[in-house]
Amino acid sequence: MTDIAATAPAHGHGHAHDDHDHDTPGFFVRWFMSTNHKDIGTLYLIFAILAGIIGGALSGMMRLELAEPGVQYLGGWASALGGGADEVAGKHFWNVMITAHGLIMVFFMVMPAMIGGFGNWFVPLMIGAPDMAFPRMNNVSFWLTAVAFVMLVGSMFVPGGSGNGAGTGWTVYAPLSTSGSAGPAVDMAIFSLHLAGAASILGAINFITTIFNMRAPGMTLHKMPLFVWSVLVTAFLLLLALPVLAAAITMLLTDRNFGTTFYDAAGGGDPVLYQHLFWFFGHPEVYIMILPGFGIVSQIISTFSKKPVFGYLGMAYAMVAIGVVGFIVWAHHMFTVGMSVNLKMYFTAATMVIAVPTGIKIFSWIATMWGGSMTFKTPMMWSLGFIFMFTVGGVTGVVLANGGVDTNLHDTYYVVAHFHYVLSLGAVFSLFAGFYYWFPKMSGRMYSELLGQLHFWVFFIGVNVMFFPQHFLGQQGMPRRYPDYAEAYAYWHYISSFGYVIMAAGMVFFFVNILYSLFAGKKAADNPWGEGATTLEWTLSSPPPFHQFNELPRIA
Amino acid sequence: MIGRLSPNARTASFAALIAVAMTGLGFAAVPLYDLFCRVTGFGGTTQRYDPVAAAAEPEILSQTISVRFDANVSPNLPWKFYPEHPRDTVSVGARDMAIFIAENNSARPVVGTASFNVTPDQAGKYFTKIQCFCFTEQRLEPGQQMRMPVLFFVDPKIMDDPDARDVQEITLSYTFHPVDAVDGGKKAS
Repeated sequence: MTDIAATAPAHGHGHAHDDHDHDTPGFFVRWFMSTNHKDIGTLYLIFAILAGIIGGALSGMMRLELAEPGVQYLGGWASALGGGADEVAGKHFWNVMITAHGLIMVFFMVMPAMIGGFGNWFVPLMIGAPDMAFPRMNNVSFWLTAVAFVMLVGSMFVPGGSGNGAGTGWTVYAPLSTSGSAGPAVDMAIFSLHLAGAASILGAINFITTIFNMRAPGMTLHKMPLFVWSVLVTAFLLLLALPVLAAAITMLLTDRNFGTTFYDAAGGGDPVLYQHLFWFFGHPEVYIMILPGFGIVSQIISTFSKKPVFGYLGMAYAMVAIGVVGFIVWAHHMFTVGMSVNLKMYFTAATMVIAVPTGIKIFSWIATMWGGSMTFKTPMMWSLGFIFMFTVGGVTGVVLANGGVDTNLHDTYYVVAHFHYVLSLGAVFSLFAGFYYWFPKMSGRMYSELLGQLHFWVFFIGVNVMFFPQHFLGQQGMPRRYPDYAEAYAYWHYISSFGYVIMAAGMVFFFVNILYSLFAGKKAADNPWGEGATTLEWTLSSPPPFHQFNELPRIA
Repeated sequence: MIGRLSPNARTASFAALIAVAMTGLGFAAVPLYDLFCRVTGFGGTTQRYDPVAAAAEPEILSQTISVRFDANVSPNLPWKFYPEHPRDTVSVGARDMAIFIAENNSARPVVGTASFNVTPDQAGKYFTKIQCFCFTEQRLEPGQQMRMPVLFFVDPKIMDDPDARDVQEITLSYTFHPVDAVDGGKKAS
């Protein structure tokens, strides 16, 4: 992708052809029976924003409860949602919130936005394909995800043991999720994961087929933009990891309902087996969430440095290496279940090896900027923020990779701070970067640069005030997943909650910006970013025609 | 047949095949994990003496090791269960017998089965049971008390394992679970 001099023969008269759009369907058919990759991408992005609002509101409720020691609000919230008002129901509701927040953010915000949203929109455009390989399957994926989300939200209103909703944590560990949670809520949550997983597997098959078979003439694998590479690797991770989760939670379901004992010692099973299966999925899953972000950031850094990405092949194969190694490090999530020293040493060493390809990526981004003609537009700011956040999270990750250190820090706020730095800040920063970068292409209108910059700076300060003190809390011994805590933790918890308020204020700029830009934004040029933006989507109009590349572009 | 598919259908079939294979692997993990634990003593899984495979009687060494016995009952099993002696000292390689006593406190016959392991985990590979009440289900009539033996030895190979040879004390732990509650469940062995 070092130099894609694309000639797009379809551009000139292709336009004229597309303008009389003889086959643009009506509203219902277009949005509810959609087979157009751009429309489905838009649906995914809208869906992810809505899910993000719900997931983000849940974290706001949690930060409100955690702002002071003691339990202030939980009982009221639980009874407002139809549960009991007693203390147990209130504390159960806490578990329901952490579960819903985790599952929503992972499965219904980050994944749909990254893969379903930007993947659908820009993979076909970047490789010069007219659409995805299986447009109707693409539509099935989206609606399965939507139904899965409804199932998950619905589970919060049915009995789940000591109160309404599934209070198992996003990991759904047995035996809490089996004998510990009577009632249909956990079954609904598991079924929701099944549906979301099936949707993602179908999506992964679609992306793999599209990328392997539908590249324009001359677009070899080693010329593909890095974002397409990142989606390709992600699709393989989905294909290899999600079926294992499906198997694991199916066995949870039979343990719950049909008397099997896969995870029950009473019948010869072992709950630790569930943890192994879950994390065999769970660790690749965190790369599923971050790899497309790597791809987005690579495009943006290159665009706004007006230079090709430094070490293109190294960048592509670093992602492949991260994907491969990601499958053999899972037990570092469970150092405390009882492991021999040798096993801990292996998982410690293997985990640290991941820092090598990750380091290649960080240094290559910096080398891309080095000597470049940089402009600091909003997408670039989010990308720089991403590199900073991801590096902080990566450093604490290397700390946690040590089996010995993790024994002390396991399930503390240090871990919470770590994975929010790489995901909530890393992945989310790359999502915002991609959103601002491609908003002109997707909508045909420019966003407001002032509001975008304000959004970035307020959000950046907010999340750091929110999550950095959580490192201190963790080192002092504050455990995860607790609504209440000793007085000693009050200081940093209060500051952390204050950070949430700053972050939420930053989000106001985002929503105002979307509304303002959609209705009053300046018309966007085909390529608003200038000579640095070399990928194929910038050769099309903004927004692109309903069907593009009727004549395939040739890549020199 | 695969040759007649369009290129897209072929790629998609291969991808779908990977997904199906991984689903199979997910379920296959259950027997594989069981096998893995038995072979490696993972998580303190004890070994079972196989008179056919064992070439010769284990050598009895002069070193001794202390074995503690721990007995637990699942909350929904109305039994009392405890070791006759909480601790024993055995020579490495020598056979030893421990007695556990179980008592049915309820007014109905109850069938129970025991799960077990040893700590520290790395001793699992060397803690070998010749005979154990945990190999089968146990039925106790109302009020019945039963003395249940375990015949075991500590494999002298433990002295060659750099991770396990400094183990001074092994705890053998049992937990009795009711069988009725897990009707049709797999037997512990």
